[in-house]
Order: sequence, then C-alpha cells, then structure tokens
Amino acid sequence: MTDLKNNSSAFGLIFLCWLIATTATVGSLFFSEVMEFLPCMLCWYQRIFMYPLVLIFLCGLLPLDRGVFKFSLPLVVGGLVSALYHNLLHWGIIPESATPCRSGVSCSAVWIDWGGFITIPLLSLLAFSLLLILLIIFYRRFIR
Amino acid sequence: MKNQKIIIGISSAVLILAFVVGASFYKKNQAKQISFLAQENIEVFIRDHSPTMGSEQPAAVIVEFLDPECESCRRFYPIVKQIIAEHPGKIKLVIRYTPLHKNSKFAVRILEAARQQGKFWETLQLLFEKQPLWGDHHQPRPELIWDFLPQLGLDIEKIKQDMDNPAIEKIMQLDMADAVQLKVRGTPTFFINGKALESFGEEPLRAAVLEAINN
Repeated sequence: MTDLKNNSSAFGLIFLCWLIATTATVGSLFFSEVMEFLPCMLCWYQRIFMYPLVLIFLCGLLPLDRGVFKFSLPLVVGGLVSALYHNLLHWGIIPESATPCRSGVSCSAVWIDWGGFITIPLLSLLAFSLLLILLIIFYRRFIR
Repeated sequence: MKNQKIIIGISSAVLILAFVVGASFYKKNQAKQISFLAQENIEVFIRDHSPTMGSEQPAAVIVEFLDPECESCRRFYPIVKQIIAEHPGKIKLVIRYTPLHKNSKFAVRILEAARQQGKFWETLQLLFEKQPLWGDHHQPRPELIWDFLPQLGLDIEKIKQDMDNPAIEKIMQLDMADAVQLKVRGTPTFFINGKALESFGEEPLRAAVLEAINN
C-alpha cells in the first residue's frame, strides 16, 4: 500500500465526507436550536449516526489514514438505514403505526417542504447516500 | 499537510459563521414578523376570555403562554409574581393556555371552573405548588387534585359541573391557535408588550419588562 499522506485526491474524498457530515450536523442543529423544530425519534437516531462522523472524518484527515473507511462505514450504513426507513414513512410506504414514535413529535409530520418534495428526512437520506458513495470510491481507489 | 489544515480550518469557520449569521438573521426576521402581527392584530395576544391580573393601565403587559402541568412554568410562576410585585401598578399579566401535556386540559378545565367562583389565581398557585403530586410525567395522578382543591374553599360539586362546559374547550382551542400563529413551541413563552424574549430565562424576562417600563 502506498502512503496516502500526500495524495490529494484521497484527501479530497474524505474532506468532502467531512464537509457533508459537518454541514448536516450544523444544519440539523439549525433546525432544532434556531428554528425550534422538535426532532422526532427517528431524527435522533440519524443524528446519533451523523454527529460522530464529523470527528471521525476529522481525525482520519489529520493525517489522512485508510482506517477512516472502516471506522466511518458502520455509522454511515446505520444512518442510511434509519434515513431510508424515515423516508419510506414520509412517502406513506410504511404505515405510521409501525413507527417507534411514542410521545412528542410524530415521525411522519412534515416540517419543511422545499419545492414540493425536499423534506428534512430527504436531506438526511441524501447526505448518508453521498457519504456511502464517496466511501465506496475511496475504498476502490485507495484500499482494495 | 499544512494546506490541508488550512482548508479544514477555513471550512469550519465558514460553516460556524453561516450558522451564527443565519441564526441571528432568522431570529430578527421572526421578531419582525411577530411585531408586525401585533400591530395588525393585537387580539392574537390578548383575547377577551383571557385571565388577567395587575394594573389596568400597565406600562408592561406580560402575556404568558403556560401549561399547569409544565415544570418550567411552575418554576417561573413565582418569578413572574415577584417581578409584578417589584413594579406595583405597572404590569399586567395575561394568561394564555398551551395545554401540551397529558393532563393539562383537565387542569385547565378545573382552573376555568374555579375562575367562575373567583378563585382563578389561588387555584393556579395551588396547582403549581402541588404539581409534583398530580402532574408527575411518569406517573400522573390528576385525581389527586380533588384531595387538595377543597382547601381553597371552593364549591367542588359546582367545579365538577362547570368544568365540562364546552366553552372551556373552545377557549383552549383558540389559545392554541394563537400559540401556533405566534410560533410558541414550548412553555412558558412570554411576550412583553407583544415582543418575544430574545432568549429564554429569568434575566431576559426581567430585562424585557424593565425596558418596557422605562420606555
């Protein structure tokens, strides 16, 4: 295996991952702390998967380390699964009764609706999907 | 390596800055919207049915959206009363209902029924005082209210009749609708002369009241 420390495209991939995770984190905090939207149960699960990624990618960048792939992948996959579930709920494919919501906010309540289809869970799904794609590219080019 | 650190540093700074600027922009915009609403439609803050106390010609009107079952409202209630006592004749308090918990509506119905016997404030005080007994969120026991309510000298049988009056349900619905319009998302939420607090807490509340009185 070659040394990755001076490989700028490898750095770029993980940097992009870090940027996506950080934007998602800051954005979700904006929704809850500034706009005062209450996060529902499923949002919390996605947050649990997303927030640590900011630090994991950061540590993996300084200096760039192949290990970042295997440490971040489980979180990305976990987040992707919960985001997918959440979106299926929103689209009405899974009925609300099958959700883990108990009290407080309904997971199928729609808080934002940009352009008629962009919702918060969709943004989350988009972020986790992008992360998975970038990590797969990283794996194929620099690990396998 | 050095360049990489700079890139990460700059990106972090940009994101944090975007958050801070976005937050202050959003809050200002919202405050503007609400004060605009206040000029257009003062009714959204004070309805004819709302319980009020204090001065009839106040320098500061405190509108409080509260929930008798909310712990934070319980904690704030003595503070609000203290603020009113510190400025005699200058403050009017308006109570709006935001029954968000399981037994809040039950408690509000008792409050409104007690109000018909002229004991609204005493009942509110007592409900807050005994809230840990009847309003524990894990094990609420609203029936316990009946044990301590008689100490106020209320006609309990009449309370039980009056509290089922559908007009009370209407009052709560209207208050909740106003709360939604004013973007109230938690209790207690205070508006001082139609202005939301800049941040939640005792100090911001005191500062806003002082500002209203001094202007």
